[in-house]
Amino acid sequence: MTTTATSHRTRPPAQPASLRARRLPWYAAPAIAVAALALSAVIVYGTDIGGPVLVVVLGAILYLAGLFAAANAVEGRRSARNRTWSALIHSAFVLAVLPLVSVVWTLVSKGAERFDANFFQTSMNNIGARDANGGAYHAIVGTLEQVGIATLITVPLGVLCAIYIVEYGRGKFAFAIRFFVDVMTGIPSIVSGLFVLAFWVLVVSPWFNDGRPSFSGFAAALALSVLMLPTIVRSTEEMLRLVPAPLREGAYALGVPKWKTILRVVVPTALPGIVTGVMLAIARAAGETAPVLLVAGGGAAINTNPFENNQSSLSLFVYQQAGDASKYAPARAWTAALTLVALVLILTIAAKLLARRNRLSR
Amino acid sequence: MAKRVSASNVSAYYGGFKAIENINLTVEPKTVTALIGPSGCGKSTFLRSINRMHEVLPGARVEGSLTIDDQDIYDRDVDVTAVRRTIGMVFQRPNPFPTMSIFENVVAGLKLNGVRKKSILEDAAEKALRSANLWDEVKDRLGKPGAGLSGGQQQRLCIARTIAVEPQVVLMDEPCSALDPISTLAIEDLMFQLKDKFTIIIVTHNMQQAARVSDRTAFFSIEKTGDPGRLIEYDNTQKIFSNPSVKKTEDYITGRFG
Repeated sequence: MTTTATSHRTRPPAQPASLRARRLPWYAAPAIAVAALALSAVIVYGTDIGGPVLVVVLGAILYLAGLFAAANAVEGRRSARNRTWSALIHSAFVLAVLPLVSVVWTLVSKGAERFDANFFQTSMNNIGARDANGGAYHAIVGTLEQVGIATLITVPLGVLCAIYIVEYGRGKFAFAIRFFVDVMTGIPSIVSGLFVLAFWVLVVSPWFNDGRPSFSGFAAALALSVLMLPTIVRSTEEMLRLVPAPLREGAYALGVPKWKTILRVVVPTALPGIVTGVMLAIARAAGETAPVLLVAGGGAAINTNPFENNQSSLSLFVYQQAGDASKYAPARAWTAALTLVALVLILTIAAKLLARRNRLSR
Repeated sequence: MAKRVSASNVSAYYGGFKAIENINLTVEPKTVTALIGPSGCGKSTFLRSINRMHEVLPGARVEGSLTIDDQDIYDRDVDVTAVRRTIGMVFQRPNPFPTMSIFENVVAGLKLNGVRKKSILEDAAEKALRSANLWDEVKDRLGKPGAGLSGGQQQRLCIARTIAVEPQVVLMDEPCSALDPISTLAIEDLMFQLKDKFTIIIVTHNMQQAARVSDRTAFFSIEKTGDPGRLIEYDNTQKIFSNPSVKKTEDYITGRFG
């Protein structure tokens, strides 16, 4: 049996008599889908073994089987496999998008309740458990300042570090830097928070504060920098490596010095990718709670000075409100979460537009 | 403007691998010299060592002496960027800068070396594009991206970019290998015109091209894979292609080897 099957497979396929082939009508696939769902509903509700989710899952399996059978009967085996795999790939896409849509929907539907002017204009100062209002102004200010300072620190440092690794680094030193950047990528955020707590808050900040250690937004920015730096270095490094060597040589051959080649040819070519990497790092940093809690301390009042006293941030605000006993707190937490996502989205879109403006449009 | 290039006992290495050995040759000003030979024989390596592009690769180095009008370009206090401004280079594949427009590409060499004045840049761009036979095709779209041109136009753009910095020697590393016959012809015509001003050294695998465009031809070869490339014969192009004095050259040119 095996031998005949093998020899059957190794034989070249017969030449088709005609290039035309029979096709399933356009309505076949939707019809099979409807039939599969109906059958699945009958089975599930008839035997009372589950709810609508099982109907959809069973329906999808029945649809795949039905589609394969129908296509196999009319169009032949190759076409049937093609249709089944296409359907599987589309299902995988839907499966991947479902959680995302669900998250966005939950955020918008639950966050809309307190998405009002009061929320964006007030802080939590003097808001008691029975007060319905109260807002996240102080947390938004904190997030913007902390992430902004962290970006100011890490973007120059990270991009220059990546340029060193790609363009100048040779031998053991560059290898060591790459290795430690990789190690840094895996640092849990709480560890970076503890590091800044031990180093900055407890050791350095007393010098500026009459000998007493002090929480500050800047300390949170330092902790976020530790988290952002490896992401920026690695993504920038990958983007710089993608710039073709002939472009560098083309510039060298014009008598352009190396530093200017990097600045005017290599970095602009890699810029869109670098911006994407930076935005990923910013998005990650904006959502970090633990380091802010450890070194900025949080706080209910508005504090616009990142170098002195406690500051809050949106993610910390979400954390605190979600655990608060007040019945009004959950709504505030949802709105803050929605605000955080919207903020990152707006920043990402703005950065993409800025990066594209410099490129020549085709 | 054009200058004489001469090499004596030039050897080039990639790390521990010796790619060319003891090359001696002199290229006269305002001529076209073709470097021919089988793949891996070190033509491109030799070409790249003339404007110190060889050393861009990690571990690569050059021994011997290369002079341009009696100035040793490998001298300790020579500025590499000055060498490359004097000896321009056109690469095998067109490599316009993707973030720059046609105009910016042409004047990139001037602009990145500190020329700011717009009128100077505009004059230089027009002059270079006219010399490269590209002006009429792109004069109405100088602000469009250089990467949007066809392959042949891109290569002429790269030639314009090279001659815009007014070098004295132009090196071309198989400039037509990625181009169709019409673009190739345009670039060969261009070489004839450029010869009035520049010294041109071209690496080519196309022997008809070498015979058509060059005044003198150098034939490089290797004994076997792993050996360094050597200069076998260097003579007037006509002599090389009609009556070479070395048997190996004849074998290569007639297609019996390589």
